[in-house]
Formats: sequence, structure tokens, C-alpha cells
Amino acid sequence: MNKQSNVYTTIYIIVLVLVVGTALAATSLALRPKQQENIDADKMRQILAAVHETPSADDVVAEFNRYIVEQTVVNTKGETIEGNAFTINMAEQVKLSPDERSLPVFVCELKSGSRKYILPAYGAGLWGPIWGYIALDSDGSTVYGAYFAHQGETPGLGAEIEKPAFTDQFNEKLHLFKDGKFLPIEVVKGGVAPANGADYVNGISGGTITSKGVGAMLDNCLTPYKSYLEKLKNSSNG
Amino acid sequence: MAEKVNNKSVFFNPFSKNNPVIVQVLGICSVLAVTAKLEPAIVMGISVIAVLAFSNVIISLIRNTIPTNIRIIVQLVVVAGLVVIVDQLLKAYTYDVSKQLSVFIGLIITNCILMGRLEAFAMANKPWPSFLDGIGNGIGYTIILVIVGFFRELLGSGTLLGYQVVPQWCYEHGYVNNGLMILPPMALIVVACIIWVHRLCNKDLQED
Repeated sequence: MNKQSNVYTTIYIIVLVLVVGTALAATSLALRPKQQENIDADKMRQILAAVHETPSADDVVAEFNRYIVEQTVVNTKGETIEGNAFTINMAEQVKLSPDERSLPVFVCELKSGSRKYILPAYGAGLWGPIWGYIALDSDGSTVYGAYFAHQGETPGLGAEIEKPAFTDQFNEKLHLFKDGKFLPIEVVKGGVAPANGADYVNGISGGTITSKGVGAMLDNCLTPYKSYLEKLKNSSNG
Repeated sequence: MAEKVNNKSVFFNPFSKNNPVIVQVLGICSVLAVTAKLEPAIVMGISVIAVLAFSNVIISLIRNTIPTNIRIIVQLVVVAGLVVIVDQLLKAYTYDVSKQLSVFIGLIITNCILMGRLEAFAMANKPWPSFLDGIGNGIGYTIILVIVGFFRELLGSGTLLGYQVVPQWCYEHGYVNNGLMILPPMALIVVACIIWVHRLCNKDLQED
């Protein structure tokens, strides 16, 4: 048989591709559940990081189920709606207009018994997506902690948003409600306080676009929760 | 076809005398990218050993059936298939490491060591020597990755495999981690130092 003929070559490559394709499809199907578990565990780890809990890789799921006592979905009017908070894809939600969004809330009960409300955020940095989780006290205003992550920001510059030097700024009693007005946390340059009196954190020098991205993300993702947080604030006062 | 191959030299030559990184100068790009820490360097090394050994065997098994004019395409399909399988396995069993290595696993496909060994060795030799050649070259590559990763993590972060190695009192007496070691250019300089030492020990490799 002539191995250089066109017929042989064509049949050869078709058979080869079919064999390799089948092998890949089989691998992917066999490993899908295990991979999804890992992705979920990673998300749980990130949510817990917002309330300063860092369980080891093996206990993430158990710790998450212990701390997170309630998962709800709300709309911009602050009403609870149908849905699974954990599986909501924030990347798709932020593209919708605020009124159409499903807003996940993770309610966490710490060992001390105090309740924290963890809200997810998703936005754009310089090179790719950035995301995070912001934990609030039960007054719906005081920030308890924050976790940020990114896909591919510049190491040493924009990528610093995930480092404690940046996120620890969120531990210092920042407030979303100032004199009854709702003002999301701003990210500023050089410590210049925003004109509207909002609480702020310092951005990262050399990581201006990523810092601005964090500011825009907080604004875009926290503002829809305004009604929900107001209800929370009023119920904690009364 | 090739002359009679000596299995022992096929396996051991790539460790030093014919090392893929420091003598053949293949696969430099991934050496720069994954060696900031020791752990990803080791995982990357193991992945390359696996992909290289199996693709060598597969290509060697089917070498007499491959139509010459599409042999590179056939090699690429085999390598790409194996790399995706390795990537899927890492995502399932070592998720953190696969996050760190991210695109570099995919880039094994373009790692010149693979195409180089397939074209130069597996296409002309029986499966068993090809398997040894793949393992040998993979280990040769891993040795360099581990050496570079060792120095970069030790000097750059003061840790090894994530454990603190440089004691606290060093920092208290003014020792500072060298941030430059974390950046890719230092990998190139470390590789150059390894080549330098290696050539000093192997006079026959020195060029005029």
C-alpha cells in the first residue's frame, strides 16, 4: 500500500483525530465531577477569607458549612427571591442592569456568635477580571473584611490587590452609610479623601488601573444592595 | 535508519552530557516561567516527563505508518492530546498547583524539547529506547528546573516548598529577601550560571 498517497493520508489523519478526540472526551467526562468539587472548594475558601477564616484545604467544605448559616438571593429592592446564591455567576450578573440582577448574600456566623454578611463583587482590572468578597457587620454598614483576587494583573503592581497590605485596609471600620447616605468604599490615590465624604482605602502605586477597577467594582456591585443593607441597618437599630 | 542505540546512554546522556536545557538549549521559556517557586517547578517537571515519555512511545509505535508529509501534524495531535489529559488530571487532583501553572501546562505543547525529541529520536527508534529517551530528557529538564527553582525560592522568598527556611533572626539582623530572584530575568541568569559551572566540569563541551 502506498503510504504517501492522498487517500491513505486522509484516512490516517481522520482515524487519528477520532481516536484522540474520544480519549479526550472520555477523560473530561470522567474527571468533571472531581474538578467541579475543586472549583467549589476554592470559591468557599475565598468567601471565608473575607471573614478572616483560612481553613486548610481539606477542611474548607466542612468549615464553610459550619460558618455559612444562610445563603439567600435578593433583588435591588432588598426582597428575597428564588435562587441558589452559591451557583450564581457574578460575571454574567454584572452585565445586567442593576434592577435585573440576582444578588447573592452569604450569612456567616462566627465563633463569637456575631453575624457577618458577605457580598460578592466582580469587575475588570487592567488585563482581565478581578473579583472579591466583602464582609459586612450585621448593621449593614461597617465593613468587617474583604478578599480580592485577580486572573492576571501585573505581579508586584496590580496583583498587590490580593495582598494583606491592601486588603487589611478594609478591616479598619469603614462605613457604607455616612450620615444616612449610602456611599460605597472608594479607592483613592495618595490618601486624598473623596469629595462626597465616602470612606476610602488607598490604591496601589503603580497599579492605578487595577485600583480604579477595584473602586468601580465596589461601586457597581455594592450599590444594588443598598435597599437590602438599609433594611439590615434598620432592623439592627430597632 | 539510526545506528544501534545503547539504551544506557540513551537514558543517562540527557542528565548531563546532552542535557536538553543547558546543552541543547531547548525549553528555556518554561524554565523562566515556572521556577519562581520549587513546587510548580517539580510538578511541571513531572508533567513534562510523563508527556514526553508517552508521546515518544506512541510516535515510535506508529512511526512506520505515519505518512511523511503530515508527520509534524501527527506529532502535534499526539502531544496536544496528552497535554490536555495531563492538564485535566492536574485540575482534578492538584487544583492549587494547576492554578499556579495555568497556561504553562498548555504550553508544554510548544515546548521545543518535545518536538525535538519526537523528530530526532522517536521517529527513528523502537518504542523501548524512545521511552527511555523521553524519561531521560524529561529528567534532564526537571533537574535544571529544580536547581533553578531551589535557588530562586530560597533567595527570593526565604522558603523551600512553602516552608520557611531562612531563620527569623537573619531578618532581624537586616537580611532581606532578594525580590529580583522572583522576576523572570534572574531565572535566565541562574541558568547561565549552571551552564558556566557545567562547562567548567565538562571541558569537551567548551566551544572556542
